[in-house]
Amino acid sequence: MSPEVAATTTGSGGPDPRDGATPLLSIRDLEVTFTTQQGSATAVRGASFDVMPGETVAIVGESGSGKSTTAAAVIGLLAENGRVTGGRILFDGTDLTERGGAGIARMRGRDIGMVPQDPMSNLNPVMRVGAQIVEALEDNGVARGEEARRRTVELLEEAGLPDAQRRAAQYPHEFSGGMRQRALIAMGLSCRPRLLIADEPTSALDVTVQRTILDRLEALTAERGTAVLLITHDLGLAAERAHRIVVMYRGEVVETGPAAHLLRDPQHEYTKRLLAAAPSLASRRIEIAKHGGGARVAADDLLAVTADAPADATRAAADAVVEVEDVTKVFRIRGRGLLGRGTDFTAVDRVSFTIPRGTTTAVVGESGSGKSTVARMILALEEPTSGTIRFDGEPVGGKDRAAEVRFRRRVQPVFQDPYSSLDPLYTIYRTIEEPLRAHGYGSASRRRERVLELMDDVALSPSLLRRYPAELSGGQRQRVAIARALALDPELVVCDEAVSALDVIVQSQILHLLADLQHRKGLSYLFISHDLAVVRQIADRVCVMERGRIVEEGTVDDVFDHPQEAYTRALLDAIPGRSLDLGLRAG
Amino acid sequence: MVRLILQRLALLVPTLLGLSVLLFLWVRALPGGPATALLGERATPEAVERINSLYGFDKPLLEQYLTWIGQLLQGNFGTSTRTQVPVLEEFLDRFPATIELTLLALVFAVGIGIPLGYVAARHQGKALDHTTVVASLLGVTVPVFFLAFLLKFLFAVQLGWFPSAGRQSPSMVATHPTGFYVLDGLLTGEWDAAWDALLHLVLPAIALGSIPLAIIARITRASVIEVQSADYVRTARAKGLRPPRLRRRVVIRNAMLPVATTIGLQVGLLLSGAVLTETVFAFNGIGSFLAAAVFNLDYAVLQGFILFIAVVYALVNLAVDVSYGLIDPRMRVR
Repeated sequence: MSPEVAATTTGSGGPDPRDGATPLLSIRDLEVTFTTQQGSATAVRGASFDVMPGETVAIVGESGSGKSTTAAAVIGLLAENGRVTGGRILFDGTDLTERGGAGIARMRGRDIGMVPQDPMSNLNPVMRVGAQIVEALEDNGVARGEEARRRTVELLEEAGLPDAQRRAAQYPHEFSGGMRQRALIAMGLSCRPRLLIADEPTSALDVTVQRTILDRLEALTAERGTAVLLITHDLGLAAERAHRIVVMYRGEVVETGPAAHLLRDPQHEYTKRLLAAAPSLASRRIEIAKHGGGARVAADDLLAVTADAPADATRAAADAVVEVEDVTKVFRIRGRGLLGRGTDFTAVDRVSFTIPRGTTTAVVGESGSGKSTVARMILALEEPTSGTIRFDGEPVGGKDRAAEVRFRRRVQPVFQDPYSSLDPLYTIYRTIEEPLRAHGYGSASRRRERVLELMDDVALSPSLLRRYPAELSGGQRQRVAIARALALDPELVVCDEAVSALDVIVQSQILHLLADLQHRKGLSYLFISHDLAVVRQIADRVCVMERGRIVEEGTVDDVFDHPQEAYTRALLDAIPGRSLDLGLRAG
Repeated sequence: MVRLILQRLALLVPTLLGLSVLLFLWVRALPGGPATALLGERATPEAVERINSLYGFDKPLLEQYLTWIGQLLQGNFGTSTRTQVPVLEEFLDRFPATIELTLLALVFAVGIGIPLGYVAARHQGKALDHTTVVASLLGVTVPVFFLAFLLKFLFAVQLGWFPSAGRQSPSMVATHPTGFYVLDGLLTGEWDAAWDALLHLVLPAIALGSIPLAIIARITRASVIEVQSADYVRTARAKGLRPPRLRRRVVIRNAMLPVATTIGLQVGLLLSGAVLTETVFAFNGIGSFLAAAVFNLDYAVLQGFILFIAVVYALVNLAVDVSYGLIDPRMRVR
């Protein structure tokens, strides 16, 4: 191991906190069982690991691996049907499993703090942000009244919230996602706990925001000597932020070790798969063509293949399927008060680009950059204020009904959230059949054939046809959404953050599926994403958007290897694990 | 906020105008007419014609409507064909009684419904919860008038715990400066009069409040169950909030949002339920008077009273929307 790697991975760069100390948290043979109507299910079995005082330990795994359940057991916040059925959780020498509910409740906040995953749903919507920290200080006996309010402003400032005094008096809905997460960090650390559980603390945020938040969290916990139990699905992020990594798979700890060591020399097959799937560590365009032509990507093919040759952007015909020319979109924002004048907000500012047929063009940027508005205009869901969008040479929007129906058939969307974009009351069969029906496609038996064909295309078993979305995993749902989009043989598929809500391994599978379908059907993709690591794997060309404008445009390799703009460089630097050049992508 | 209120008040004008047309036509579509209702068996064609021309019922519909609206705009609501008293006077005379009854019914429904729903949610899936769910289902399905008769029979006739009819005992000597009998008793220091009026209110209020109570209990239960599993409740527990504060400031406050809307909607139900309840308990409010007006096809009273009730209903809902903004900062118009 090179000394540079050790320095970047330990973050604080101080002496190894494991030297000669007893663990703050020691988990031994932990078993957690959930009782459901179908019987009981063991979510965690035989898990053992230690967290030293002041140490950051990351638990890495996909959803359902038991990583969040383990953390919930430590802080005594398992769902009502969950119970610790075996093993011990030793915190500073006392066994939490013997303390009972009320015992652990007294330790929450003061001894063990938590920073939750989703900043949007974790603040009380009807209370001022400051008051929510004040109440924590008061109930834990840290400070009261005026003193607590003063302390709250300090905490918010420390968490990096600008103008904390004024912000403390605002409500959560007046905060952006990043600001909310800062408030949640301030809240988690408010009573100076010795252990902080951070459950995917930044997975819902933009990459650049993610980075500053994690930096801040790291600085604060290092300064206070707080130990951190970091839960994440991203191995790259874990490697960059934690001293040690615990890999969990199906409820069991399959591998533990120092972060850098584990990345260099993974022992368990699952760790190797995780490494291969981690978008932050992959660096090349997925090239299905190079690996045996039209080979299907099966649902269980976890070992993603990533090509080492650069993408060949010229392989497709040179004609453009979409031309966006000088497009501007202005939204009117309602003014204040009775006679308040509205103000204009330019979401998209004179944007021009083309999508060459049969290729993938990515539009990247942070929230509010205007990338989704661009997607909505290309889908003709929103009309440009000025400028023109042409699809296959024809201007989009403002046409007669028949032309619109034809357009809708040729351009299909796949959205971010596979949980809310499928009708929960439709079976999978009906979901995929719906567009066929709506466009009067063939007879019932012909439609059935087509649905089966599509299921096969996206590598879903026909046995799922009678199921409902709620019975499917996130990855399966996204496959259904893709099958539905492909039902009418579209030419352009607009993927708006289509893989952002998925776990890394599933994400990698879906990206491979998209690449495979593109190769076989000659599809063109417009890929909207905030995640540059994902874009690198799927796109041929990339447009970087900042505040409504395209600031940089080019082939993926050009933009990633030789970024011209400071903003693009900042985005690239923010990809977790980018500093870890471990030579993993050898082939 | 001021803008919201002004907008809503402005919207009330076309709403009431539309309602006035519907109301006018509906009243005239009822079989028979005020003349036949007034004259009964003595109704000869000549007598009917005389009455109709006296009140202008022989004129074309459009003219009758315009006359009515024109008078309305001048504050003249017409005269009751049955009592010969101006409609506005009849209304103001009885409105306090109905308000008293509705308020007490609402207090009963909210005061018991919310705690009941909360307790049921806390014991979700256990016996107490199941009992509450079944009881509230029963509460919604039992017709108001049936419950009213049942209560009257049991507690007034059989047990004699409460008076069976009226607003105050006939023997009670009391002054009524406001028309709200309980309030009057308190203002004038006639405690026995206030207590007597309150006792008269109890059974009608329970009968009237039972359906809203059941609905409020069910909504509260569902809302508390949902809020209990919200992320922010888990986070509040994780930061070490003690149970009392967790209940009061996190769970209950958030769970009350849909309940507030429900309460507003229930006011409409209470006003319509008052017709039946007041009739059963011979309670001299707008409900029983309206019922009598229907039987006597008293056009002016029907039109006037229902318009009044519509205005009250609209204002109550506006008040609920405004209060919603007070509970939920996200709803505040900025």
